Amino acid sequence: MSSVATGLSSLDRLDRLARLDTSVHRVDPRAKVVTTGVFIVCVVSYGKYDLLGLLPFAIFPVVMATEGGLPLGFLGKLLLVASPFALVMGAFNPLFDQEVVAYVGSVPVSGGWVSYASILLRFLLTVAAALVLTATTSFTGVCLALEKLKVPDVLVTQLLLLFRYIFVLGDEATRMGQARRLRSFGRRGMGWRVHGQMLGQLLLRTFARAQRIYLAMKCRGFDGEIRVARRLHFGAADLVFTLAWSAAFIVFRLVDLPLAVGRLVTGLSA
Amino acid sequence: MSHHTISVRDLSFSYPDGTQALEGVSFEIGHGEAIAIVGANGAGKSTLLLHLNGLLTPRRGTVDIGGIPVTKSTLPDIRRTVGMVFQDPDDQLFMPTVAEDVGFGPLNLGLAPGDVAARVSRALARVGAEHLAERPPYHLSAGEKRAVAIATVLAMEPNVLVMDEPSSGLDPRARRRLLGLLEGFEHTRIIATHDLDLAAQLCERTIVMGSGRVLADRPTAEVFIDDELLAAGGLERPLGMLACPVCGAAPPAGA
Repeated sequence: MSSVATGLSSLDRLDRLARLDTSVHRVDPRAKVVTTGVFIVCVVSYGKYDLLGLLPFAIFPVVMATEGGLPLGFLGKLLLVASPFALVMGAFNPLFDQEVVAYVGSVPVSGGWVSYASILLRFLLTVAAALVLTATTSFTGVCLALEKLKVPDVLVTQLLLLFRYIFVLGDEATRMGQARRLRSFGRRGMGWRVHGQMLGQLLLRTFARAQRIYLAMKCRGFDGEIRVARRLHFGAADLVFTLAWSAAFIVFRLVDLPLAVGRLVTGLSA
Repeated sequence: MSHHTISVRDLSFSYPDGTQALEGVSFEIGHGEAIAIVGANGAGKSTLLLHLNGLLTPRRGTVDIGGIPVTKSTLPDIRRTVGMVFQDPDDQLFMPTVAEDVGFGPLNLGLAPGDVAARVSRALARVGAEHLAERPPYHLSAGEKRAVAIATVLAMEPNVLVMDEPSSGLDPRARRRLLGLLEGFEHTRIIATHDLDLAAQLCERTIVMGSGRVLADRPTAEVFIDDELLAAGGLERPLGMLACPVCGAAPPAGA
């Protein structure tokens, strides 16, 4: 259960980073959300065996993170924590797809390895972009942007409350885990049956808390819509940010830059 | 117009699982009074509080706030009049930042953004929490959370304050600060608490509850020296009214 605590402290640190004041942080949340959206759509639209064409996209998270003063080591660690999912997802590609598609020097490379690498690269790019977005905009900022972009209220409210209460829930889970460890000796008491019961317990507690929160909201005139007074300002600079980045992504997608550069170089030498 | 009086008549309530929580509870509270509601765990205190702004609907009996009966159609009015501070501030602070949380109620009242901002800073200043405005509630200490939870209610500018265990979980200094704050309010106050010293200091009148009924409704000073009544309610004298455990000296007069 202590992994819950570590995870939440990372989330908390991400949110604290969002309070920095840099040129990237000052960009309107809507501009960053839309740009990141275009980025992700472009990256995932590549074909199964595309690899090199994806490389130029790395410039977006790298520039945003450095300009935004984000600690790269910390972001790298978060990427690592999230990576097992992608590592497992594509792990069987090299086994099933053994047809050789390229040679690096004299070493044959199968299609499976290329598609595996492509999956990993796409994972790294999209997750890095999402992390950078959160760390420069704050989770709440993202929610606010989504609301202004006409995402349904219900969804935005869910996200806002999720972020607020995930910490409370995490604390509760951590305390339950501690209480259990203190009275479990060796393997007894640490089995899966108990795990299931604890999850059930946590769910019941969450229901009870949700009920109390709802009462507290009703007391203050809640009618189904969360109103936030925070004002956003979408200026010319935000428009330029969105359009310039989006245009770059589309160019990356349509023109295979590494190939073009390679041709240019080989053409020159020939 | 007196929005500040409360009259509860023959209130009975049972939970869906059959637990009889309140049984024929009646009392009147006048303008500006501070009332303590005390009693053992499960005596019905919290259930009673939830009736005062219509969060629960009685099975029998009525609640009137300032002459207006609490019914479905009067709820918006009632909830503006009666401010409720819950026991666990985490249940009450659900917005991303303190300022947004305090502004939640006023925005729902339909006030203009400028008025909301003014109310937010006034309420935060009242509880001495201006410096917390931009912080997320998750990072506050228990005392700060409590102060902010009270500010969220003050921002609605209610006439009646209802509080459930306001001093639970506070360290002595935070509790002392809270006492000073509550003493300064001129609202009609109803405080359900196990902190009998707080009750003794803040409230002229005390209602003792037991098994969903009113056991006594008398001046606080009388209630807390009536050992028989206290025992019946599962209570003990407040520490401030006991002899010194070290030297055996009697408590100072007027405590």
